[in-house]
Amino acid sequence: MTQALPKIPGTTPFDGEQARKGYALNKMCFSFNDEANRTAFLSDEEAYMRKYGLNEQQAAAIRARNVLQLIAAGGNAYYLAKFAGIFKLDMQDIGAQQTGMTKEQFKAKLVAAGQ
Amino acid sequence: MAQLIGGLGTSHIPAIGGAIHKGLQQDPYWKPFFDGFPPIREWLGEKKPDVVVMFYNDHGLNFFLDKMPTFAVGAAPEYNNADEGWGIPTLPPFKGELDLSWHIINTLVEKEFDIVTCQEMLVDHACTLPLKLFWPEGDCPVTVVPVCINTVQFPLPKASRVYAMGRAVGEAIKSWDSSKKVAVVASGGLSHQLDGERAGFINKAFDLQFIDSLETNPEWATQFSIHELVEKTGTQGVELLQWLAMRAALTAAGPKVTRLHTNYHIPISNTATAALVLEVA
Repeated sequence: MTQALPKIPGTTPFDGEQARKGYALNKMCFSFNDEANRTAFLSDEEAYMRKYGLNEQQAAAIRARNVLQLIAAGGNAYYLAKFAGIFKLDMQDIGAQQTGMTKEQFKAKLVAAGQ
Repeated sequence: MAQLIGGLGTSHIPAIGGAIHKGLQQDPYWKPFFDGFPPIREWLGEKKPDVVVMFYNDHGLNFFLDKMPTFAVGAAPEYNNADEGWGIPTLPPFKGELDLSWHIINTLVEKEFDIVTCQEMLVDHACTLPLKLFWPEGDCPVTVVPVCINTVQFPLPKASRVYAMGRAVGEAIKSWDSSKKVAVVASGGLSHQLDGERAGFINKAFDLQFIDSLETNPEWATQFSIHELVEKTGTQGVELLQWLAMRAALTAAGPKVTRLHTNYHIPISNTATAALVLEVA
């Protein structure tokens, strides 16, 4: 018997529920390990998403390049990072987007955590 | 019998691979991180291990979510790195240590850890970067046995279970009929969170307490549930499980370890980084 755990604010553990919801999306992002697949995605994004059977929520989040929406659609951080890599976005870009900060603000927050 | 000489820990972040490739070790942003490694290289140069058992987590290179083992042990003659999709250079293959792989596999199953065995296994930055940081020049002089612990898809193994598994790996190393010297390595952590509105979460106080516990009170972190560890260290900070396995392995070699070196730096990428040397006393 598993009990619901207290919610950690701003945190979505990638559990069975997320894994079920996000399988197609994460599978597409896993394919981005290959250069040829990254190129194919860029040349026809819609066709590539159809090939992997993304649902409308997932496809909309991909079109929006919106990480919080991608997580809500079942995306896993490591696979989403492969998607972000296509656009040369690093972890501070992604962190800034999710926290509503500029990249400089986000980096300052990280530095402050070390003080 | 083989000799278990000590344990090493380091963070792994894809960007480190980029920094090595671009020669940024003396760059002001990177220097506090890379400065953590000369003392480790000195210790390795003196002790000269033949084999490294690497506790790490794969990030979607070898294992996709179609098949996600909780514990997986490599049993390959060599381990290839490959394109991970985030633009870091691919490193040359690393040599395996088949006899030790199978001795660990046999020992773990005998001790009721029902692991997955991998005769082919791609290794990602989490396995390759520590080796590159420890031995930056030329070919890697050690053979490797990768032990992958799932920190990607929940449910993750409990900290107490990881500790028990790590201890069993240590017992396997100690009972390996070989004259070789073995070091155990932890790759991961410390506190960080990549995803969600809490992205950028770092917990310095907890990290420092955890590092201290590794020396004097190795089971300390096993009191926490995975959920508590995520809350205290972030969704990816839970990679501290790798450190716990490494430390547990050392308990098979003796009751005490000596901490010879610690480096702790915030931040590299979104991560609180650490590097550590524990010698079996």
